[in-house]
Amino acid sequence: MTRALLDAANVARVVDRMAHQLLEKTGGGRDTVLLGIQTRGVPLPRALAARVRAFEDVDLPVGTLDVTLHRDDLRLRGVRPLAETEEPPGGVDGKLVVLVDDVLYSGRTVRAALDALRDLGRPRAVQLAVLVDRGHRELPIRADYVGKNLPTSHAETVRVLVSEVDGRDAVLLEPAPTGSARAGQARSGAAGGAR
Amino acid sequence: MRHLLSAADLGRDDALAVLDTAERMESAIAGREVKKLPTLRGRTVVNLFFEDSTRTRTSFELAAKRLSADVVTFSAKGSSVSKGESLKDTALTLEAMGSDAVVVRHSMSGAPHRLAGWVRGSVVNAGDGTHEHPTQALLDAYTMRRRLGRVDGLRVTIVGDVLHSRVARSNVLLLATLGAEVTLVAPPTLLPVGVEAWPAAVSYDLDASLPKADAVMMLRVQRERMGDSYFPSAREYSRRYGLDRRRLALLPDDAIVMHAGPMNRGMEIAAEVADDPRRSTIVEQVSNGVSVRMAVLYLLLGGPSPRDPSLLGAPSPRDPALLGGGAGTVPRRRRA
Repeated sequence: MTRALLDAANVARVVDRMAHQLLEKTGGGRDTVLLGIQTRGVPLPRALAARVRAFEDVDLPVGTLDVTLHRDDLRLRGVRPLAETEEPPGGVDGKLVVLVDDVLYSGRTVRAALDALRDLGRPRAVQLAVLVDRGHRELPIRADYVGKNLPTSHAETVRVLVSEVDGRDAVLLEPAPTGSARAGQARSGAAGGAR
Repeated sequence: MRHLLSAADLGRDDALAVLDTAERMESAIAGREVKKLPTLRGRTVVNLFFEDSTRTRTSFELAAKRLSADVVTFSAKGSSVSKGESLKDTALTLEAMGSDAVVVRHSMSGAPHRLAGWVRGSVVNAGDGTHEHPTQALLDAYTMRRRLGRVDGLRVTIVGDVLHSRVARSNVLLLATLGAEVTLVAPPTLLPVGVEAWPAAVSYDLDASLPKADAVMMLRVQRERMGDSYFPSAREYSRRYGLDRRRLALLPDDAIVMHAGPMNRGMEIAAEVADDPRRSTIVEQVSNGVSVRMAVLYLLLGGPSPRDPSLLGAPSPRDPALLGGGAGTVPRRRRA
């Protein structure tokens, strides 16, 4: 049974709060760039950057990062198509890079992202922003900005809908597709970003 | 997809997936100090070259290394093959050493197909006899797409020794899959029997087909495969089917000139045409080859391996029926 955890209005409020926190923790967004993790983490940094611009008139450079070639679970879950890595204007060297993703789960994507980031350059510091933290970490990774903490079970998936792709903003909790509820492997990039 | 043996193995979506992946690979590496990705760490790729090769062998080797695979390159000279070991025994040896992929070049058409029945890993055809060379066709299509923006609807003229050319065969198959219109131009003696069944038009007149070509691909005259004389003289061949400065001027303004190499300068292509910086893509084809082969290796080897015992319930190593007969190269008397 699908349950809506956040509707469009909730998501907008959460993004507003994250934008404020971002400004606060980065000293007004100084030397800060946002990097969305492909593919479902790409719309969120644009939304964050737009809110930051609305609040403080600061333009944060936005880029994208494809982590596929750095994943450690390709062997378990098969090859996936590669997506584009787009360096933010001005690069990442010496910057404060905020990695942005929709759902934080095992932490393996973030680990791969840290490796992939090393190929782009050497940031001064790296932070992590996620819309939903659903727990069940398999690695010592913690987000600096969390939209919503959602205790979940492995038998569930969290699906983040964004208006650019799905026509509306929402966070849904769904039962995991049968057969994929094995511990730590229930995320599926191919199945429309269900995590 | 487990093996890449023929360009015909690739459907339109598969072929486009390889080209798209190659594009990503290229940008993932471009401009980086350390040209290395961790993707195939722990995988072993064996380059098995029974025939001479410069660019294909180094290209595959570089592609595998850039993806962090372990690479063993093995050429017939200096191996037990020169002591008369058969293709099959060589394959079983490599299998026992645990290779995840075998990249094979062989002078016998069909050798990679046989090999694919003997090993558990993936087999990539890097050129077999006069049969096929699928990664060359992929890198040619990739080069056309980079230069001309698309492959679909392009008019491609392939000129020269079609009879002996695995490059031509793979290109015709792949280009047809991708929606290009191919015209083969060659002397009648250098066209294979049954060419009319290929998805390509045939012409004997190069001058007439150049003005409507978006890309012209010159084939090497393969003297080493020619027992008899297929044309009166090199000079006559070059006069009728060579691409010189005059013919270059017949091409549309943005058309490109391709050659898979190695070239016979002055024979099928004039030196000044080969070196034309605006039209010739010959050097580009070589660098594109590495990206395309990275894509192929990633797509074949990146996922679960038939060697991972946890994923497959105890796979049977080989068909025991195959263990009896040794096909492949004819065992010769042991020399050493």
